[in-house]
Amino acid sequence: MVLEIDNLKVSFFTSNGEVQAVRGVSFGVNEGEILGVVGESGSGKSVTSMSILRLLAESAKLKEGSIKFEGKELTTLTKKEMQSIRGKDISMIFQDPMSSLNPLHTIGNQVAEMIEIHNTNLSKKEVKQRVLKLFEKIRIPEPEKRYNMYPHQFSGGMRQRIMIAIALANAPRLLIADEPTTALDVTIQDQILKLLRDLQKDSNTSIVFITHDLGVVAEICHRVVVLYGGLVMEEALVDDIFENPKHPYTLGLMASMPEVNQDKSIRLQSIKGSPPDMTNPPLGCPFAPRCNYARKMCATELPPYVEVGNKHRSMCWLLTEGAPSEHNPFK
Amino acid sequence: MNDTILEVKNLTKHFKVGKNTVVHAVDDISFIIKKGKTLGLVGESGCGKSSCARTIIRIYEPDRGNIILNGKDITATSQKELKPIRKQIQMIFQDPYASLNARMTVRDIIAEPLVAHNIAKSKKQIDDLVFPVLELVGLSKEHASRYAHEFSGGQRQRIGIARALILRPQLVICDEPISALDVSIQAQVVNLLRDYQEKEGLCYLFIAHDLSMVRYVSDDVGVMYLGKLVEMCESNEIYKNPLHPYTKGLLSSVPIANPKLARKKETIAIGGDIPSPVNPPLGCRFHTRCLQATKKCSEMQPEMKEVSSGHYVSCHLY
Repeated sequence: MVLEIDNLKVSFFTSNGEVQAVRGVSFGVNEGEILGVVGESGSGKSVTSMSILRLLAESAKLKEGSIKFEGKELTTLTKKEMQSIRGKDISMIFQDPMSSLNPLHTIGNQVAEMIEIHNTNLSKKEVKQRVLKLFEKIRIPEPEKRYNMYPHQFSGGMRQRIMIAIALANAPRLLIADEPTTALDVTIQDQILKLLRDLQKDSNTSIVFITHDLGVVAEICHRVVVLYGGLVMEEALVDDIFENPKHPYTLGLMASMPEVNQDKSIRLQSIKGSPPDMTNPPLGCPFAPRCNYARKMCATELPPYVEVGNKHRSMCWLLTEGAPSEHNPFK
Repeated sequence: MNDTILEVKNLTKHFKVGKNTVVHAVDDISFIIKKGKTLGLVGESGCGKSSCARTIIRIYEPDRGNIILNGKDITATSQKELKPIRKQIQMIFQDPYASLNARMTVRDIIAEPLVAHNIAKSKKQIDDLVFPVLELVGLSKEHASRYAHEFSGGQRQRIGIARALILRPQLVICDEPISALDVSIQAQVVNLLRDYQEKEGLCYLFIAHDLSMVRYVSDDVGVMYLGKLVEMCESNEIYKNPLHPYTKGLLSSVPIANPKLARKKETIAIGGDIPSPVNPPLGCRFHTRCLQATKKCSEMQPEMKEVSSGHYVSCHLY
């Protein structure tokens, strides 16, 4: 295991009260694995990833839980110790390539900075050589010329490549990619996904890939964690999650996307209602108010995790012993 | 031909952005939308799909071409004469956060078109029209006195839809109405739009970059690239039998939500980035990224041809 998150609880303390963004999330990332973290806005996926690198806002508090990176507890490290890990052992790619780069510095210098910080023994020339090599690796044409250009001279897809170069500058063992292709067009998304897949194969870096797009998950991930209401609803290998989903929320997500050859006369199955308010999260299963199969107990008691197959677990009362077989998609 | 609601002929819109620079946003676009039908427009960002929509309702003034609504040419109609015509075309915007006035109640937002067009004046008249529309979009009377910030993204988009539908328009232009919404909410909004279309027989111009959703909601699909329409046909046909190399590439870059198929998928990748619309490439605009491009493609602009019944493509290969 490269990364182990255990019972993570993070809350934001705002003027409206405590927002319980993450309420006990546990998952692990294996070496060389691309783990997809899927969820809607407000599900806690970004807060979880930000907690790994301890990049949370001042108003946030890590209430409970542990995050271990290669066996080392991250939550108790000092600021300085954390800094030596960020960008070196663990790095991150953000969603918006337009606002993640500094407009006043050249692309080359921004990538070089990342190398210099963690390798103080290198000469300027050596650093530049490394940057140019990186540019080649992420397939930026004419690296020498691009080195001295500014972010505004690059397209969105190119900027995201630069972000990837910065993230990979020190050959990290874990890469956190927070919706890295959401702001891009499909053709550019396709290029970036291919690039990430190739880079991952070459370097065996583990990746936590955060996204809301199940299509992207199917293309790139090995394993998937589905988040909802600050909790892991289901976790499985990518084939199992698509072929044999075991949570009503996962089922709902699949049904609300039209397939490429979907019969147009069939209505899409939407999930009714909207996600829960995390200042006042539901007592029981967070999905119960929107679930077609919800029973009385779902609203009051949080279901346990049930192992439903190889590396496949799901949190739903329908899977427990004594669940009715009528109106139960899993029996 | 009487059931044609909107006909767009050779519509062109260029923006001057400097002394000698012109952005070719919309170039020579023609299409027809019939009663009760949906036309989907797809393409990458910057391909001119939104500009096209805005030119049709004359937010932008067209440079060339004709816009014919219900048989009446509205290309050169004065803004004053245009006002009653605008009742027939409404718009739903992409961003449900930016397109609702934060200082107006939901009731006032939805009632604004009624007031602007002098349809209802008294409080009762307005309420009588607003409340049923609120219910139609899945909200209730109680929501009327609230403000936009009290709603989630999906609910806000419903408010935007209610505002567009209250005048019972014949044509609604939906400019990326679901891109800002979560997956579970997208289907709600799409179902709402479809149900209303079945009931009222209105037509939609549906602009989006999500190809599978466009296919699902549209009867016909037009693919745009750098201001040009490159291919247009019935929506199932474009997925089963895409002809233009750009359409093929675009379709193959859509992620498939099926890991086994995704692994087997052969991609026809489109390399590079979309060129600047300021100086679009001569000849076929796609030739700089096209794998099948020949010399002819860089010299001569292809014409739109009907290669089989109802299937139009603009490419030298056909």
